[in-house]
Amino acid sequence: MTRPLVAVRSVSKNFGEFCALDRVSLDVRAGEVLCLIGASGSGKTTLLRCINQLTSADSGGIWLDGELLGVREEGGRLHRLTERQIARQRLKTGMVFQRFNLFPHKTALENITEGPVQVQGRSKQDARAEAMELLGRVGLAAKADAYPSQLSGGQQQRVAIARALAMKPMLMLFDEPTSALDPELVGEVLAVMKELARSGMTMMVVTHELGFAREVADTVVYMDHGAIVESGPAAEVLGKPREVRTQSFLSAVI
Amino acid sequence: MRAAPTLAEGFPDLSGVTVARQAHWGRWLAAAAILVVLAAIGRAFVNGQIEWSYVSRFLTAKVILEGIINTMVMAVLAMALGIVLGVIVAIMRLSSNPVLASVAAGYTWLFRGTPLILQLLLWFNLALVFPTIGIPGLWSARAVDVMTPFLSALLGLGINQGAYTSEVMRAGMLSVDAGQYEAAQAIGMGRLRALRRIILPQAMRVVIPPLGNEFIGMVKATSLASVIQYPELLHSAENIYYANSRVIELLIVAGFWYLLVVSILTPLQMLLERRFARGAAQVAR
Repeated sequence: MTRPLVAVRSVSKNFGEFCALDRVSLDVRAGEVLCLIGASGSGKTTLLRCINQLTSADSGGIWLDGELLGVREEGGRLHRLTERQIARQRLKTGMVFQRFNLFPHKTALENITEGPVQVQGRSKQDARAEAMELLGRVGLAAKADAYPSQLSGGQQQRVAIARALAMKPMLMLFDEPTSALDPELVGEVLAVMKELARSGMTMMVVTHELGFAREVADTVVYMDHGAIVESGPAAEVLGKPREVRTQSFLSAVI
Repeated sequence: MRAAPTLAEGFPDLSGVTVARQAHWGRWLAAAAILVVLAAIGRAFVNGQIEWSYVSRFLTAKVILEGIINTMVMAVLAMALGIVLGVIVAIMRLSSNPVLASVAAGYTWLFRGTPLILQLLLWFNLALVFPTIGIPGLWSARAVDVMTPFLSALLGLGINQGAYTSEVMRAGMLSVDAGQYEAAQAIGMGRLRALRRIILPQAMRVVIPPLGNEFIGMVKATSLASVIQYPELLHSAENIYYANSRVIELLIVAGFWYLLVVSILTPLQMLLERRFARGAAQVAR
């Protein structure tokens, strides 16, 4: 079996008394689309944030492209990496947030070029040309000079996806990308994500859009109380769930 | 075509009827009363013991104009020092490093907790504590020569301003959504770069109105430097009235110039606010 792009092994995370992640292990192969489903508070978002190191796991390990994230093993102990090293590791992942988090003082184009120019040190010209290409890909070439406040939620989220892609990540993380959108705007964001999945991008998507999961996901993981209850091919987990908890969640959602 | 719904009788159509202007008697009455009071005050000043010819003569006297320039130079430099210190201290205060955070809190506590005029006197009289100051082995000088009125005033006003500005800056940074910092991190930015590129520019929008306030305060606070012989506007006015005893006339001259400077600053602040409002949705007024 080939090495998975992402390997999560026995990752636990507590916030005080609350157990957000309970010995979670999973693999994501390159090119795979994995959807995380479950009730709010089940740990899906925390898992994504651990992979992007916005949150650090209490125990366990996460490997991305064969590299251990956030810590280094030396003399039988784990030592935290410096902020600079973590920032470098983060470049391999792109993150799309539920609330978009576009930079409001920058135009759509500037939002996208900010990372390539400031962090990766690429020339402004190159970055702009590529940002325009990305804006075209998400269908917003005409909005390059618009500020986020002048864009609808769906447009903002598509710019946010372009911003993450501009860093040329090997893994894209989506944290409930359509939950903050008006219902009529959900489709345009999902369409961009489907196109991205077809292009072969490895994606981990926390979502409540089961239709999207059924259509696009290779693997669906159902989480409850910080633990993985059931995972497998989308058709199986969503169509013929084996676990009682998965069944009751799905019947409550549909 | 859809039939109009049947409406109940007895409610006439008022859509064509004009609305009459209100009389506002209270406004006229209040305006009249205030005019009477103002006229009385004006009369009192005209008939009072003020030699208005002195006011007009000294309004553009060389010493007074130099005083204004010194006031403005000091206000701008001390404010610049205050903003630099304020940003650094605010970042320290919000740092996860407990040593930096407590040093920052201690600085704010110390310089906000003592009167500005006392701090100015302390800086000016530093020579009493340290006759010579310098870096051992590299450079040293007599404190009396170094702590000129100018430097004492700059340090006193600037460091005091830094304590206030740091709180303004901290409020500005806290007003920026935490998601902005996470988004900056997610595209690989370190803490300082995220602050400089993402957080501070957004904080500026919130911070400019209170900073404008602080700067206006600073223009007037420079007058305290008159006690340590810095030749600013009030000090110049005092020097003249010590000689000619026209106390009120020269205080009016100084007051006029302070008022004029502050009046010019207000529209400048609006220009700055517009500059930093880029991308902000127009808020309904």
